[in-house]
Amino acid sequence: MKPTDTSNPDYFHKVVDCQWGCPAHTDVPAYIRMIAQGQFSDAYMENRKSNVFPGILGRVCDRPCEPACRRGRVEDKPVAICRLKRVAADHRDDITGRLPKAPEKSNGKKVALIGAGCASLTVANDLAPLGYEVTIFEALNTTGGLMRTNIPQFRLPPKVLDEEIGYILDMNVDLKLNHPIESLKSLLDEKYDAVFVGTGAPRGKNLEIPGRYDSDRIHIGIDWLESVAFEHVKSIGKKVLIIGVGNTAMDCCRTSLRLGAEDVKVMARKPRGYFKASAWELEDAEEENVEILINHSPKEFVIENGKLTGMKFELMEYNIDEKGDIDRGTVVGEKIIPCDDVVLAIGQDNAFPWIERDIGIEFDRWDCPVVNEKTMMCGREGVFFGGDSAFGPKNIIWAVEHGHQAAISIHRYCQGEDIEDRLPYGMNLASQKMGMHEWSFSNNYDAAPRRLMPHVDLKERFKKINIEVELGFTAEQAVQEVERCLNCDIQTVFTADLCIECDACMDICPVNCLTITHNGDEDDLRTRLRAPAENRDQALYVSAELPQTGRVMVKDEDLCVHCSLCAERCPTGAWDMQKSTLLVPYAKDEISDETAQPLAGASA
Amino acid sequence: MSYIGKPKVTHPGLPRNKLGLTSRDYEGTVSTLCAGCGHDSITAAIIQAVFELGIEPHMLAKMSGIGCSSKTPAYFVSQSHGFNSVHGRMPSVTTGANAANRNLMYIGVSGDGDSLSIGVGQFVHAIRRNLNMCYVIENNGVYGLTKGQFSASADIGSKPKKGEPNKQEPIDPVSTALSLGATYIARSFSGDKEQLVPLIKGALMHRGFALLDIVSPCVTFNDHEGSTKSYAHTRQFYHHVVDMDYVPPAEEIKAAYNEGEAMPIQLHDGSTIVLRKVADDYDLTNRAHAFKYLRDHFEKGEICTGLLYLDESRAEMHELMGNIDTPLSELPLDSLHPGSQELKKLQSRYR
Repeated sequence: MKPTDTSNPDYFHKVVDCQWGCPAHTDVPAYIRMIAQGQFSDAYMENRKSNVFPGILGRVCDRPCEPACRRGRVEDKPVAICRLKRVAADHRDDITGRLPKAPEKSNGKKVALIGAGCASLTVANDLAPLGYEVTIFEALNTTGGLMRTNIPQFRLPPKVLDEEIGYILDMNVDLKLNHPIESLKSLLDEKYDAVFVGTGAPRGKNLEIPGRYDSDRIHIGIDWLESVAFEHVKSIGKKVLIIGVGNTAMDCCRTSLRLGAEDVKVMARKPRGYFKASAWELEDAEEENVEILINHSPKEFVIENGKLTGMKFELMEYNIDEKGDIDRGTVVGEKIIPCDDVVLAIGQDNAFPWIERDIGIEFDRWDCPVVNEKTMMCGREGVFFGGDSAFGPKNIIWAVEHGHQAAISIHRYCQGEDIEDRLPYGMNLASQKMGMHEWSFSNNYDAAPRRLMPHVDLKERFKKINIEVELGFTAEQAVQEVERCLNCDIQTVFTADLCIECDACMDICPVNCLTITHNGDEDDLRTRLRAPAENRDQALYVSAELPQTGRVMVKDEDLCVHCSLCAERCPTGAWDMQKSTLLVPYAKDEISDETAQPLAGASA
Repeated sequence: MSYIGKPKVTHPGLPRNKLGLTSRDYEGTVSTLCAGCGHDSITAAIIQAVFELGIEPHMLAKMSGIGCSSKTPAYFVSQSHGFNSVHGRMPSVTTGANAANRNLMYIGVSGDGDSLSIGVGQFVHAIRRNLNMCYVIENNGVYGLTKGQFSASADIGSKPKKGEPNKQEPIDPVSTALSLGATYIARSFSGDKEQLVPLIKGALMHRGFALLDIVSPCVTFNDHEGSTKSYAHTRQFYHHVVDMDYVPPAEEIKAAYNEGEAMPIQLHDGSTIVLRKVADDYDLTNRAHAFKYLRDHFEKGEICTGLLYLDESRAEMHELMGNIDTPLSELPLDSLHPGSQELKKLQSRYR
């Protein structure tokens, strides 16, 4: 193999699995260390820089970081990254003075944002401080989009939403509630320099099977959750069936329990392991005694005397091959399950009845707009998309990232610059050596298991619909959980010229990830390392030829616990521990005049 | 030394030996030697060898004297027996231990100071007795613990970090052992585990005195230019004479050898040492030939390594003394100690 090119920011970035896995590239290890030092406000601001809504995301993020976490490969449970984010939010001081502010004078450019959800709010957050006149048009009488209408209050209290959305609205953002946009064409006729569409994927999928329209007790999940959020719906029958096992289904079943349901069943077409819901959301629902029935495929609604009495399912059997792929299944029987209400939670679609098809915006065969994944601009210049409305349903953190990228594009577009020509990612590396065997971070491996999130008592929590179930980590729990972080951003950096091949690093490495051997191609090298290197998603870090024997140092990044012992046992300093700081460009960094602020994170 | 211990976390795919243990189970405490010390690498090789052999930790005894080298038994197989003895006295303590319990496997770790200066008398007599042990000399040519003075193994002309080059003739443990009749003699280098691990395995399984002279650079006092025991010098003048593989009993010899290259030698326990000759003209069963070959190459400045001499035919200490197979430590007191009447009878035979 060729020596690893560590000058490409992607190389060390990818070692920080959580940050690489996060669409917004939140610097997770950095904020966890701040929490460890009790700097909650700093940790909050570090989060806010990339993910804008730490309090919200600390409760309801889809947490792509956690399945990516190296700790999950070294033992079984990842660091509770998401809930540590909430710790930063819960324990922060008043940070309003540290927030970006709108300048007194506008830059004369007007931007319209459609929908007051997370994507639009992120665009506002990035552009308002630069002097843009930002107007948000929202169809409902409140902000937050699906974060408010579809996520139940017992998971995300309105106070948290109001606070973090308020931070953005206070940047002189013009919010127009109860203002649905009926026609994009007429909005474009108004004098806006750019338009951003962040309207989500607002249409719940329907289930067109017999009996669907013969009862008013069959509900579309996201519409029903919205009605509950606005208190238009305050009760439900005793027996409720939820169709689908995604995260919306989990919200529907748990909401049902709080509206008077006593027997809630989640009906899954496929077996466990093929559910769409996140493992932790399944866990939380099952803790509330929700029953999940597998291999039930909906066939028809059973209506007797005009009343919904149950639902008929086909019982399925599946073959699963060695790779874990599941076939379409065969029907092995039928079963009727009695119920009073059915909630359909089988997915969402985009819907753009208000976008004319003759204004230069191309739509694909799923009736979604064609949007450039890098710039977020559609076929019509000056119109940008983000969040679920861009590429279909994803999650909040993706919407935030879309917002950041759209803000960069909008800025460049409004300034008459090429929107493709964006600032690249950068990377800083700085040694963390403090003394002979002393590092700037807590390098010892802490074998403590993941802390459990304390929950409100099972009886207590159903008394009202808005009792937040998760209590948040206590200070003691947070202190223990932060020590589980492996500090993957403190990189093992190797200088081949200095190596005398004494083997000390190989011998001390607790997870056998280092090998000095003769070079070869990757397939060959992976078989010759000191421990199996079977995870091909994780890179091999290969050095230049070593001076004494011409062999190479190979590090399998997969399971490195960043304990620094290789660097401590190295007599020549060939190994060093260096903090990598990913420099993520935002709209403010694109400002080209000399008074521009430095790159985000450049202070490290 | 490091402030933290080696974390207990392990690679989940780590191989397990016949006892179900991983190499991590054969570790000791974290080394307090200088970072980069060759001794630590030898420690790692011993761990690997003992792990691969599947030795039960409680059947191993680690013996040492004084010196950097003699600290190292603390760094491997924590759950075995150990005796850290007086300077240079490891061979006699091991002799005593072995006399009492011949069932244990003995590994003595010594250095060029401990074995070739203060303990040279002990060293040579352990060889004469053909004591059944694996005797490791971690040879760095200097007294590291006392700040790097030349030891008895320093080569003529080798430069110290400060001061004058060495002028005295070195004691070579390999030719010394050869002249005294040791039955398993090998030399290797701490930086060459591929060669070293099989040599340690063979030495542990050999019946009789097995000497391993291992060049082990002192990274603090003897790893500079002009030193003949540095990493760079050793690599430059390193000369593989005979490499070997160790094949446990009842295991097929699987590795591929070129025809005429491999030569299997069976050990007493049924395991096999397969020699891979690198130098065609070397005969490791012929003492006189070996001596001459090593001397000739030494004069050319080469460091000959590998299994340099092997004799499986000679009796070890217990056999020479005609002892019973049961370890003395396991005999009941009345057979071990027949009483004062029996002693008087015995003494009267010599009057």
